[in-house]
Amino acid sequence: MFDLLWLLIAIPLASAGILLVWGKESDGFGHLIGTVASAASFVLGVVFFIGLLGRQDGDRAVSQTLFTWIDAGPFHVDMSILYDPLSSLFVLLITGVGTLIHIYSIGYMEHDERRRRFFAFLNLFIASMLLLVLAADYLVLFLGWEGVGLASYLLIGFWQHKESAAAAANKAFVLNRVGDVGMALAIMLMFAQFGTSTFAGVHGGMQNASGNVATALGLLLLLGACAKSAQVPLQSWLLDAMEGPTPVSALIHAATMVTAGVYLVVRAHAIFDVSEIARTAVVVVGLVTLLVGAYIGCAKDDIKKVLAGSTMSQIGYMMLAAGLGPAGYAFAIFHLITHGFFKANMFLGAGSVMHGMDDDVNMRHYGALQKAMPVTFLTFAIGYLAIIGFPGFSGFFSKDKIIEAAFGYNVWIGLGALLGAGVTAFYMTRLMIMTFTSQKRWQKDVHPHESPKVMTWPLIALAALSVLGGALAIGGWINDWLAPVVGQTEQHELAVAPIFITLLVMATVAVGVTIGFFGYARQPIAGETPPNSSVSLFTRAGRADLFGDAINDAIAVRPTRHLTRFLVYVDGKGIDGFVTGLADRIGDGADQLRKTSNGFVRSYALGIFGGALLIVLALLAVNLA
Amino acid sequence: MNEYISLSIILFTIGATGVLVRHNAIVIFMCIELMLNATNLALVSFSRQHGNLDGQIGAFFVMVVAAAEVVVGLAIIVSIYRTRRSTSVDNASLLKF
Repeated sequence: MFDLLWLLIAIPLASAGILLVWGKESDGFGHLIGTVASAASFVLGVVFFIGLLGRQDGDRAVSQTLFTWIDAGPFHVDMSILYDPLSSLFVLLITGVGTLIHIYSIGYMEHDERRRRFFAFLNLFIASMLLLVLAADYLVLFLGWEGVGLASYLLIGFWQHKESAAAAANKAFVLNRVGDVGMALAIMLMFAQFGTSTFAGVHGGMQNASGNVATALGLLLLLGACAKSAQVPLQSWLLDAMEGPTPVSALIHAATMVTAGVYLVVRAHAIFDVSEIARTAVVVVGLVTLLVGAYIGCAKDDIKKVLAGSTMSQIGYMMLAAGLGPAGYAFAIFHLITHGFFKANMFLGAGSVMHGMDDDVNMRHYGALQKAMPVTFLTFAIGYLAIIGFPGFSGFFSKDKIIEAAFGYNVWIGLGALLGAGVTAFYMTRLMIMTFTSQKRWQKDVHPHESPKVMTWPLIALAALSVLGGALAIGGWINDWLAPVVGQTEQHELAVAPIFITLLVMATVAVGVTIGFFGYARQPIAGETPPNSSVSLFTRAGRADLFGDAINDAIAVRPTRHLTRFLVYVDGKGIDGFVTGLADRIGDGADQLRKTSNGFVRSYALGIFGGALLIVLALLAVNLA
Repeated sequence: MNEYISLSIILFTIGATGVLVRHNAIVIFMCIELMLNATNLALVSFSRQHGNLDGQIGAFFVMVVAAAEVVVGLAIIVSIYRTRRSTSVDNASLLKF
């Protein structure tokens, strides 16, 4: 049965190719091909998952070599895939959420004349992401890694006639290159150290490798993960990536692609297990990002940017959990999956709101939409309860576990994660109140209406998953399921009972919700974004993404520009100056010499005689000497 | 023997000087002939000194070449004179940069 694993990747890839090559005739049904391809992958994923469930615990890994990719002397790479409990969960998440978003896009992109191309890119993304999570070799993983980067670039810039969208796509691409340098160096180091880049070879070799190699590999992989998962310091592209169509933000920049960094860290756990430094770096990156993301989420009025800040923040939680080592790997993946459900749900909900509000993204122009869009409101509310961690919803289980594990690791890290949960509750409450309740602040000629069924059904499905996702943790099922890959989940001794931490988290969340409620529900909300001059310094910092772009400008962009200018100067004046100067001097000399060629026969004859005389004299001198 | 060589040198020098200083193409031509004949004289003298005929044969070749050269050279000079109405070599100075 598992012989057909390659079909998972091949179907959406083939569909992407067909949609891109087939001309205008397929405009009418191209989106159906794309959706069916994604759904077919999902069905296959379910079948394989059931097959894996039927196997014994120790036997749940299928590795296959499809063909030899590179064979150059000692450098040998197979196109090999690995289907194990970790991959299987990702396959289900990617194809499941992906299919729902395909269906949603049929409605959302209905009036876009390039809808067929949109679906081709979505399929390309699905295929690349599946290759990423199914790879059994870091180089193959890198191929998928670049594939999703390309798809992300193409989709952020899908409306490239907007200058901001084109710029955002470039920014995402360039920042991801920074991370790719880390990935590429890590893979080269693997080849240099172990002679192979297969998971089995590298992870098997880690026992004998020196600590420095493990630390270097861990930090380089973390650099790659930071870029892909929008973690500090490579976070600034994600907020701009919201220029893409909303289904793209939901699928790529919330549910799946941006979590690839977390997947990478968990997949490379054998490396991080050895290096304490690399793991600490992951924890710090995760903690900083979860606070930065939450902070930014509080200051934005653009609904998609609030959700983008929230995404950064939630991925920070996952990174934090992944950095905790064996105590957190399973929880990182658990939160990744539940986040995939409720964040995709909320992004699609935001898309539905925008659909009804003539593509306005400013929450200050919303208000009182619960009557106009009941389905969107209800599904969004479920996503809201899930993300703030309301008891019984999926986010409650997954976030609580991470905070608990963080407290077990270090009290300060735990407190930071706790603070993040409170801030999350605040900004999500703010978003809910500004969008769905409070008074109407609609612009002229805006008539909000509920979205068509093709858009609301995926919302309902995702809302159901947001509620039920917590079931994965019943009896520690996900920990046991992932144990063959990442090892048994370790329990740190806590000073207090776990229930106390849970209550603490709930209390913090309640405080966040209350602040949000009194800040926005009890006071009128301005119909326009207050100008920067009238808000506090803290708000201004949040609006400027905590100066992420300014910092990038100061430490990377401007020095590079100066360096470029300097190099251009050296090249122009130094190297070009020398070469052209030499040519000019030779030209000047030739001009002087040219004057001897004056056309008078006698002067030519004198030259000949003089020359002959010199030769005779030289011969005499040689013969006589 | 030295006298022959000396005469040859004197004739050659006169010819070379003539080529360099005279304007009239005909005179320059005659000076070239003078240089060739000075060479012939030297060849014949050395031939006698060494007691073989190599130099004499060389002189014959020079004469043949000189005769051919006269034919071509005079033809050129005549055609230049026809177009320019002058045999001064300084007027025909187009062969330059």
